[in-house]
Amino acid sequence: MSESTRIDPDRPEEVVLAEAVPAPRRRTRWQTAWRELRRAPPTAWLGLAVIACYVILAVFAPVFAPYGQNELVGSQYEPWSEQFVFGTDQLGRDMLSRLIFGARNTIGIAFVTTIFAFLIGGSLGLLASILGGWVDQGLGRLVDVLMAIPQLIFALVLLSIVGPSLINLVLIIAVLDSTRVFRLSRAVSMNVVVMDFVEAARLQGEGLRWIMTREVLPNVLPPLVAEFGLRFCFVFLTISALSFLGLGIQPPTADWGSMVRENATLINYDDITPLLPAGAIALLTVGVNFVVDWFLHKASGLKE
Amino acid sequence: MNRDAKEKANGSGTRSDALLEMRDIRIEGESDEVRIKIIKGIDLSLHRGEVLGLIGESGAGKSTLGLAAMGFTRAGCFITGGSVLFDGMDLVTASEVNKRRIWGVRAAYVAQSAAASFNPAHRLIEQYSEAPLVHGVMGEAESRRKAIDLYRRLRLPDPEHIGFRYPHQVSGGQLQRAMTAMAMACGPDFIVFDEPTTALDVTTQIEVLASIKDIVREQNTAAIYISHDLAVVAQMADRVMVLRYGELVEEGATAEMLAHPKHPYTKSLWAVRSLHKEEEPSEDVLLEVRDVDAAYGVVRVLEDVSVKVPRGRTVAVVGESGSGKSTLARVITGLLPPLSGDVLYEGKPLPPALKSRPKELLRRMQMIYQMPDTALNPRRRVRDILGRPLQFFHGMSGRARRQRVKELLEMIELDESFLERLPSELSGGQKQRICIARALAAEPDLIICDEVTSALDQIVAEGILKLLLRLQDELNVSYLYITHDIATVRAIADSIVVMYQGKIVQQGLKHEVLTPPHHPYTDLLLSSVPEMDPTWLDGLLAERAARKARGETVLESADQ
Repeated sequence: MSESTRIDPDRPEEVVLAEAVPAPRRRTRWQTAWRELRRAPPTAWLGLAVIACYVILAVFAPVFAPYGQNELVGSQYEPWSEQFVFGTDQLGRDMLSRLIFGARNTIGIAFVTTIFAFLIGGSLGLLASILGGWVDQGLGRLVDVLMAIPQLIFALVLLSIVGPSLINLVLIIAVLDSTRVFRLSRAVSMNVVVMDFVEAARLQGEGLRWIMTREVLPNVLPPLVAEFGLRFCFVFLTISALSFLGLGIQPPTADWGSMVRENATLINYDDITPLLPAGAIALLTVGVNFVVDWFLHKASGLKE
Repeated sequence: MNRDAKEKANGSGTRSDALLEMRDIRIEGESDEVRIKIIKGIDLSLHRGEVLGLIGESGAGKSTLGLAAMGFTRAGCFITGGSVLFDGMDLVTASEVNKRRIWGVRAAYVAQSAAASFNPAHRLIEQYSEAPLVHGVMGEAESRRKAIDLYRRLRLPDPEHIGFRYPHQVSGGQLQRAMTAMAMACGPDFIVFDEPTTALDVTTQIEVLASIKDIVREQNTAAIYISHDLAVVAQMADRVMVLRYGELVEEGATAEMLAHPKHPYTKSLWAVRSLHKEEEPSEDVLLEVRDVDAAYGVVRVLEDVSVKVPRGRTVAVVGESGSGKSTLARVITGLLPPLSGDVLYEGKPLPPALKSRPKELLRRMQMIYQMPDTALNPRRRVRDILGRPLQFFHGMSGRARRQRVKELLEMIELDESFLERLPSELSGGQKQRICIARALAAEPDLIICDEVTSALDQIVAEGILKLLLRLQDELNVSYLYITHDIATVRAIADSIVVMYQGKIVQQGLKHEVLTPPHHPYTDLLLSSVPEMDPTWLDGLLAERAARKARGETVLESADQ
């Protein structure tokens, strides 16, 4: 375009407006996701691959596992062989099958627990920041009290009081972990609540629910999603630790934490079998963290 | 590029005594894997003791060019061609070590927002001494003595001790001067001033401009003065360059440029301030604020404020920051219930708190904010932003709502292609238009405009003001227009309310307030607005000094 045609002295602003921001190329959600993925660092790819493997294993556990998770198929502590790839455990169950089913149980329960933790902590955190005043104070102090007691010990105490059933386990860990989510979501949404568009919604007379879900939530979502990955790892480790201590997922359900404990004696005989479930836990944790790192890097702040 | 301008630039650049010579400089920036040309080949030369003004709207490349003059580029920007000769040394090819020897000693930079540029953890004088100490120009004791001397020359209050305060303990205007002192610390050959007064009130701006002008003249420092405000540049610069889209539009001596702008774009910049609306008195009062007192905690911010807003008219509330004008808006909207006094709407008192106001009342009063960036939810598309009030207030849905959203876009002179955009895909002026459309969607009687144009470039602001005036004509809506900018007030107001320290010092129809005799504060405000006359600042300061000498009271900005 030549200089002279660019300018219309009567209406210079139209020129400015047209030049300022070109109409963006429209991309579908999938195209955007794919574009981001292509640019992801190799660590993120590795993490995604690891997570994908685990999810596939967990979902199709019966397909992949040679035996059932509670099937007694051999004698105690059989060594690695063609029949039993990783040998058998203290009751003669196939180790590989239990590892695969363990993925389903451990990951599934950790996932559900994390979702609960986010539902509780996230919504209360948003509420506290939007309402402020005594709601904020009350919830804040309650969370302080819960956080004052070391989490694992608190969980152990509560589980020994109410009994280690699956529902109790999920609820207790969800509540204890929701305190961390509460603090994060409150802190992040505090920065959003003071923005003019939230005030504009208030002036319009919008209800609490609208402000929470439509105005604030979409803007705090990226850090919360990143935190979800991280929290998932912690929950997962807590459950494994509790299982190892005997108060988590109860036998005979296959679970990596309790599998480490049950087969711990083998370590004395130079057998690395008990480290396999521990390794499975470690690998998933590292994988999730790779992805979270990348996501945090991408989504820090409010920018698109 | 305009050929005349280029030849002219070359012509003046060939003189041998130039301190700084930029030749065909090209800068590109990278964002999202796309390279954008920011500066497309500009020549610039600066002589000792000369002040060069760079003018243009945001995105014109003024700041990038200013920084490049020091051989510096922001992260993500690259100098892709040309040379920057500073006293014979090419800063484009110079090593970091060599450049660092020049920065802070021979070339200095004064940033737009001093508040954001000072380290809040250190005292002003400590930050002042850093450059002289690091470069070994002088010892600490000497640099402190010189700092106090510079503070005095820059007319900072209490120069002996102000340096020992922390940045948050002094006002914005004082901080900007402290930063100028810092730039002066090593007696540089040239300084780049990047919009040093843009964030300040007009009354404060005067002081900063005057002190910068004096000290630059006194020290015979060359300077590049960047601003989007032509009247300000007119006071400061010997020569002006007009930039647009990274290209030089026109260049010339200040007085000549002001008198005879050649390029149509330059002319359009000059014409911006000509917008004027005839006032129309009206007795049909829509909103009345009666004897309102308000406070944040124990701090009293409004005292005995009474304002009447007639239907279909514009009332401008003017004052510097801290005068309580935004608080007045908060009281009217119900965000801050007043301590005493009433807000009446069509003669009936409004419930003081927002929560107790019925939806219908909320609909009839809408608000537009200063910063369109924060006033729009970055995660919602234009269609949803405009659709929500339609659904909320008028119960519209489906095709009727879609149709109405399109009509609203038409009203604000945007087309359907904007429906699916996110706020981040709009320019500043477009965002503000969307904010206006959101307010209009409710079909209000009154719109409170809180500094709606002060974050925008002059030309864009002009468009927004024209739009507001047109909408008022068509829809008979009232505006309560809060601003610190007198030029805007002249353009759109029917009546004016002048506020100072939480009180109304003068109010009335536009011509009554704008013609003397005024209240001393109104006088200060009016006389502080820069005019397109290079001698205006000197004249004003001389007149104020003369009046002081005669023993008349001259009200000074709260900054002093």
